[in-house]
Amino acid sequence: MTTTAEAGAPVEAPPLPTGDHAIATSGLTKRFHGGQLAVADIDLMVPRGAVFGFLGPNGSGKTTTIRMLLGLVAPTAGSHELLGVPMPDGWATALPKVGSLIEGPAFHPHLSGEANLRRCDAADRTADARTSRQRIGSALERVGLTAAAGKRYKAYSLGMKQRLGIAAAMLGPRELLILDEPTNGLDPQGTREVRTLIREIAAEGTTVFVSSHLLAEIEQVCSHVAVMRAGRLVAQSSLEDLRAEAGTRIRVETPDTSAARGVLTGLGLADVRISDSEVSAELGELEPERVCAEMVGVGVAVRGLAVVRPSLEDVFVELTGEGFDVNG
Amino acid sequence: MSTAEIALAPAPARPARIRLRLFRSELGLTFQRRRNQALLVLLGAVPVMVGIALRLTSHQGNDGGPNLIDQVTGNGVFLSVGALFFLLPLILPLAVAVVSGDSIAGEASAGTLRYLLAVPAGRTRLLMVKYAASVTFCLAAVATIAATALITGVILFPVGPVTLLSGSTVSLAAGLGRLALVGLYVWACVATLVAIGLAISTVTDSPIAAITATAVLPVTSEVIDAVPQLSGVHPYLFTHWWFSYDDLLRAPILTDHITQGLLTFLAYTLIFGSVAWARFSTKDVTC
Repeated sequence: MTTTAEAGAPVEAPPLPTGDHAIATSGLTKRFHGGQLAVADIDLMVPRGAVFGFLGPNGSGKTTTIRMLLGLVAPTAGSHELLGVPMPDGWATALPKVGSLIEGPAFHPHLSGEANLRRCDAADRTADARTSRQRIGSALERVGLTAAAGKRYKAYSLGMKQRLGIAAAMLGPRELLILDEPTNGLDPQGTREVRTLIREIAAEGTTVFVSSHLLAEIEQVCSHVAVMRAGRLVAQSSLEDLRAEAGTRIRVETPDTSAARGVLTGLGLADVRISDSEVSAELGELEPERVCAEMVGVGVAVRGLAVVRPSLEDVFVELTGEGFDVNG
Repeated sequence: MSTAEIALAPAPARPARIRLRLFRSELGLTFQRRRNQALLVLLGAVPVMVGIALRLTSHQGNDGGPNLIDQVTGNGVFLSVGALFFLLPLILPLAVAVVSGDSIAGEASAGTLRYLLAVPAGRTRLLMVKYAASVTFCLAAVATIAATALITGVILFPVGPVTLLSGSTVSLAAGLGRLALVGLYVWACVATLVAIGLAISTVTDSPIAAITATAVLPVTSEVIDAVPQLSGVHPYLFTHWWFSYDDLLRAPILTDHITQGLLTFLAYTLIFGSVAWARFSTKDVTC
């Protein structure tokens, strides 16, 4: 102990028993001065190593939540931890390990992309000045901006600006990446690239918390999802659990709808639905080929047969009562 | 604690070099900005224009004009004092208001404030760096005025031993020393405005509003200072002491007003610095 004191090294408090959550909030609430309740009593649990999709329509409180997570906005009630460190008191310990893109990129327009990143890096007192150039170079390379590094930010396209924002979030070794709408303004190609990037980052062990109002854009990369609606957290789960909950359906295309319905009911399938030229039911544990054989056996004219996994969209519609993809 | 744990502890007391990175970055941002460069050019151009005007009209002889003009045409060194006298009431505070009022509000309106804080730069540290950079800009502004005025004065007018306001004459070198003191005092005057501008800049997210409010304050203060009926509040106005620098041009130097002025500036800086800190450290950054 004495040696430590003499050396002047800070004595670190023992780590808190927070389990393995990169983000953990408890009753996090924000009411703005006007009385508007932006975020109401949310308990987010983001496991370490997850790619966590944070979904909800614009204005549902996603960005306010993210601002609270990063200590930009003080919660009205509740508490939260980042990487096991209580916030906002532990900002100096937690935030250097967190990269973020908050409500779109923001840089100095008259500086080049590279100069902007240099400024971000200079602001971080934990960043090593000696490795600055190399870290900036590799961040620019990862987002494909090396060629445009010397160009002024104001001359960047929307997609380039967005990518520079992502580069800024990856300037140092991060344990958690918080990306608010990272695909905003990107063309389909750019969106694909961001998804690939998220996959790569996650593969390195970094937890990624990514918000979006477009489920389809992040569905493929997420391991977990949470849904916000009007400031409340209406769903939170791993993707596997969600899919399992919704169940797979079998859909039979046939002119003999009533006969087909008889077969499905006979097989004991639940939730049999019938429309003009189609019959469907929850498949459960049954093999689809059994259904096909039965249909053909009793002479139902089968024009098509498909096993339908519900899209996440459908799952959410079921969970939340309505679709949340408000503007497509 | 075991030796292994000690070895794992983070490196103690990071070197000052790293701490200065943000300040250097801030200085770069301040001085590379076209707007601020234009302000410095403007401040530097005024003494040149005043000098040329005086040179062109000096042959008309003295018809009881201000004492200062005689002194400038008699000794080019006084053009520096004259330039500061002309610029201190309005243009210099305006330039300082632009830089200090923009400091936090400008980053907020550009959206870069949220990233600086998320990096994290640290709120107190960012405030200190912004203050230091603005104060440095003030020094550059005063130095620009003094230097261009001195150069113009030397070119256009005779230069020699300096006759002080008290009537005695000192050597040119001593005169330049007095000029440096005047420059430092004027720097202290406008540095007070930096603290005020910084405080205002933390209250609003609109840089224009912050700059305007900061620029209007010294003018208001000077107006109040000119109303004799309000003489009771005059000693508490920061601009009341702005022109006390002429006491530095006497032999011996009169320290009464200078000291009171510096103490007033310090009080203003502490008060507005505290307001800035209190506001900024708890501010919700929503843009």
